[in-house]
Amino acid sequence: MIDMQDAAFGYGADPILSAISLRLAPGSFHFLTGPSGAGKTTFLKLCYGELVATSGAVTIFGQDAGTLDRDRVAKTRQRIGVVHQDCEFLDHLPIRENIALPLIVSGRDGPAQDANLDELIAWVGLSARAHARPPELSGGERQRAALARAIIMDPDLILADEPTGNVDWDMSLRLLQLLCELNKMGKTVLIATHDMALIRAAKAQVQARVLRLAGGRISAAGADL
Amino acid sequence: MSFVSDTLDLLRGETKADRVVPRSGQAAKLTVAVSGAMAFLAVFALALSLASGRLADRWSAALAQSSTIRLSAPAAEMEAQTWAVLTVLEQTPGVDSARALSDDEQRALLEPWFGPDLPVADLPVPRLIEIIETPEGYDATGLRQRLAAEAPGAVLDDHTRWRRPLVAAADRLRLLGWLSMALILASTAAMITLAAQAALASNQQVIRVMRLVGARDVYIARAFVRRFTRRAITGAAAGAAIGMLAVALLPRAAEEGGFLTGLGFQGAGWLLPLVIPLLAGVTAFWATRIAAFRTLGGLR
Repeated sequence: MIDMQDAAFGYGADPILSAISLRLAPGSFHFLTGPSGAGKTTFLKLCYGELVATSGAVTIFGQDAGTLDRDRVAKTRQRIGVVHQDCEFLDHLPIRENIALPLIVSGRDGPAQDANLDELIAWVGLSARAHARPPELSGGERQRAALARAIIMDPDLILADEPTGNVDWDMSLRLLQLLCELNKMGKTVLIATHDMALIRAAKAQVQARVLRLAGGRISAAGADL
Repeated sequence: MSFVSDTLDLLRGETKADRVVPRSGQAAKLTVAVSGAMAFLAVFALALSLASGRLADRWSAALAQSSTIRLSAPAAEMEAQTWAVLTVLEQTPGVDSARALSDDEQRALLEPWFGPDLPVADLPVPRLIEIIETPEGYDATGLRQRLAAEAPGAVLDDHTRWRRPLVAAADRLRLLGWLSMALILASTAAMITLAAQAALASNQQVIRVMRLVGARDVYIARAFVRRFTRRAITGAAAGAAIGMLAVALLPRAAEEGGFLTGLGFQGAGWLLPLVIPLLAGVTAFWATRIAAFRTLGGLR
């Protein structure tokens, strides 16, 4: 699904990431942990093609990320659901349309998708807030909306960057539960977090692997929970 | 993104794709206002250009079909040489008619300079003979040679030296009109490009979100292009309508008013300003498209 061979990335002389080699297998669940500034977000951006490795190779769904043109990057992103900590939305559109945005941009929206959309909104517990604008939502509601938007296209891979950074513990557990359910449905999940309690909480639900990122390198890769 | 498919898209109502770009913003108002103002000016530039064209044609046609022979001779020979000139003219192909101006007509011509009581008969004033040409015209060189032989005091003035600067001036005015049109279009393009760039800059979050969820550049650019093209057409249609109304309210063409009262459209010429909103739309389409792709090219 994602394959990195000796991948590195940096601006100028100082590399942020170096000698990264790993493989995210289909259906696997990974945590990416490490201190702030370790390069977790940069790593995720390499995974969904926003950044291109400055050396080494990154393969996304069997395609060399370095040779993908902009259209292919866009097409590839339709197979990847991304949840950011600050989960940006289009503030002028109701949350229902924001969640449906991936369908709209890929031309797959329409009456046939409305039932699925409503079902998904109910699954993340936002039915009552579907017509609210993003600024009217709480942090937890925004995170759930971002998760719903990330999975509306039934992606193969879900990347979450500090998805519980702005929510309380109860909401963190709820989001984790949603991600674990998605993994049980066969989705590959990679969560970047420095919240060790969250990682421990996942232990009871899924078999996850922890990737530790420090000094620009992945260490302790493959440590099972 | 083909021009044809995007043009067809423009004719449709607002789609969900259009809604991803927020409606409000200074850039929106600026686009409508600039398009309106430029279209208003374009109507006048067009009117000026068309009026100059008509003037150039009229002057050219009027002066080209008439010429004058100036006959200087001693008083005793004046009558004989006048008849000789008229005889030559009668036999010259391309001359429709010719006549010698009467003393009264010559006095009227000189009156602005010498006053009303000029004794033309007592002065050595040359006799003027007016020639009206056929549409085919005559051979000026041949006529000059024959006049030199039959009436040595006759000088043919075919108005070339008068006509050329007048026609050139009118042509230059017409060119200036078209140049103004081109400058107005270029200014519109520049303003819309700036407005589009401002809109793109203020919608960085929209673009980021769109890219994140897998929108292709073409899709994002279209949303902006459609929005700006519609605004430009709307503004230009209003500006052109007001401009046409203003031109229609100008005084009608009158002989005593000269060029100024002839500024306007005639007949089918009234349809030409209707092209201005379309031109504004095409200009906005390309200006926004280029600005959008340039901005999107900086992202991945």
